[in-house]
Amino acid sequence: MAGDRAKIQGGLLGWIDARFPMSAMWEDHLSKYYAPKNFNFWYFFGSLALLVLVIQIVSGIFLTMSYKPDAERAFASVEYIMRDVQWGWLIRYIHSTGASAFFLVVYLHMFRGLIYGSYKKPRELIWIFGVLIFLCLMAEAFFGYLLPWGQMSYWGAQVIVSLFGAIPFIGDGLSLWIRGDYVISDATLNRFFAFHVIAVPLVLIGLVVAHILALHEVGSNNPDGVEIKKNKDENGIPRDGIPFHPYYSVKDLVGVVVFLIFFAIVVFFVPEGGGYFLEPPNFEPADPLKTPPHIAPVWYFTPYYAILRAVTIDIGPLSAKFLGVILMGASVVIFFFLPWLDRSKVKSVRYRGPLFKWAVAIFVVAFIVLGWLGTQPATTGKTILAQIFTTIYFLFFLLMPIYTKLDKTKPVPERVTSK
Amino acid sequence: MRKTILILLIALVPAWAMAAGPSIPLDKANINLHNKESLQRGAKLFVNYCLSCHSAQYQRYNRMARDLGLTEEQVAENLIFTGAQVGEQMNIAMSREDATRWFGAPPPDLTLVARSRGVDWLYTYLRTFYIDESRPFGVNNEVFPSVGMPHVLWELEGMKKATTETTVDKDGNPHTVITGYEMVKPGSLSPAEYDRSVRDLVAFMAYIGEPAQLERKRLGVWVLLFLVVLLVVSYLMKKEYWKDIH
Repeated sequence: MAGDRAKIQGGLLGWIDARFPMSAMWEDHLSKYYAPKNFNFWYFFGSLALLVLVIQIVSGIFLTMSYKPDAERAFASVEYIMRDVQWGWLIRYIHSTGASAFFLVVYLHMFRGLIYGSYKKPRELIWIFGVLIFLCLMAEAFFGYLLPWGQMSYWGAQVIVSLFGAIPFIGDGLSLWIRGDYVISDATLNRFFAFHVIAVPLVLIGLVVAHILALHEVGSNNPDGVEIKKNKDENGIPRDGIPFHPYYSVKDLVGVVVFLIFFAIVVFFVPEGGGYFLEPPNFEPADPLKTPPHIAPVWYFTPYYAILRAVTIDIGPLSAKFLGVILMGASVVIFFFLPWLDRSKVKSVRYRGPLFKWAVAIFVVAFIVLGWLGTQPATTGKTILAQIFTTIYFLFFLLMPIYTKLDKTKPVPERVTSK
Repeated sequence: MRKTILILLIALVPAWAMAAGPSIPLDKANINLHNKESLQRGAKLFVNYCLSCHSAQYQRYNRMARDLGLTEEQVAENLIFTGAQVGEQMNIAMSREDATRWFGAPPPDLTLVARSRGVDWLYTYLRTFYIDESRPFGVNNEVFPSVGMPHVLWELEGMKKATTETTVDKDGNPHTVITGYEMVKPGSLSPAEYDRSVRDLVAFMAYIGEPAQLERKRLGVWVLLFLVVLLVVSYLMKKEYWKDIH
């Protein structure tokens, strides 16, 4: 394909195209990638996730220039960035706000996939790559959160790494191996830094490329769940498709600006996000001898933290802590199976029946309530609440084959609608 | 799906409203970071009363001079008692080893205390020292029980006694709560003047917590204005491109 184009094009572009598929890539992924014309609000979050990834990489590079991954100097180097580095405060707040923005955007992106059935055949692999990206993102956030070396950084990492200690037989050895020491220490900080700035981002970028390549192979889903490739014109172009560039590049630009407005409000006016984006105890340097009265993870991990704490009983030789770890792991891993748990004939929520709609609504409430519970100190009442909502969380997935099959569906139109 | 979004938003409200709070109600500090005189008075109190035991090791004197509207000479003459150069940070001479021997624990660095504790906590803390002979320095504190710090501002505030009320709960355990204070030995300031001085001091500590914060907000307004203009332009561009898509 690239060879044909080189014959008809001269100049620099022709020279490049004869050696590298530049025009072909441009066309395949942008100017001749046909996307459904009926994308709505929910379709902004994919490109926004890519934007936040770029923001995090660029701001991260600049932070790395002044940050010291050293237990004696890490906390002070962050304050050095905040005070003495030119625009350091801005770079740091962009990065800290970007972390929360990343999860917000990704959660909304996943919710979009959920309501429009974007994970269903033939897009199972796109979804699987996406869940892997989500896992990487969680690892990235976890490693990065230790770096400021504040009290919450330290004790949050202590709690999470000690979870591995709950695994029978190998647990203690495993957590020792992860930390490189008996407690979180300089050795841990150095390796977490290595994972945060190079190992995980490399994997993350690779997965994002795979996610987009898989998407462009099968084409985008849309709010109607109609396959636009089934209805092509005489030139082989989907009748309901429009070239991504310029149509969606200019549309997504509007989304980008709206996003940046919210982003700038946080960065410039409420960088601490009410204590949810930057936690107050993290302005105290890490002290291995002083445990904070209440250790809470950052907001984006709290639903999983609540699930972890919801298990309070030992079953036979398995401790409650270990079962909690298993359940927390399962709560993320279960997303991988979504394409096969959903037995509905239709993709989009628009043509599904009340069972699915209620299930999704209850799941969203459960997710948010668990998120809130994860920020709170555990009390008896709250633990019972966490147990109830953890059950609901899992029932959403485990009962899905039943309720999606029973659910009444409406006929899906031939062409996309402009709602 | 609009309904779901609404449910989402409504369900979020309690989470935001119920951020972990302190055990006793805190008084509002009502600081004003735009008031340079207040910050300057706070700086004076800070270097006189705090900076002998507590450091502010990330804050530079010359940065403070610039942000508080003072010259470096004014700061060097009036606010540096440690022999430091004006470009240096606000360190103290006391070593951590000595401090641990004298106070049990080294007095914490105060650069970021307004960010970790909050200004209202500091404002309340500095106004709720009371006489308690059982403590090593003869004072205790309402928001920080069994605090290891003496009441360093006592010559300004005076010394006060707590009036308490003891109730017995249904399990027969007594609970003592502080209901008010009684001045035993007045200080050089009236209670209203003391509150104002503490407010100045807390304002200064909020400033050193994040010296860039005023610049940040000032800049933020321009960034948002730019983005709003960009939004109009990008929206018009989108509309222009999309006019033939039906």
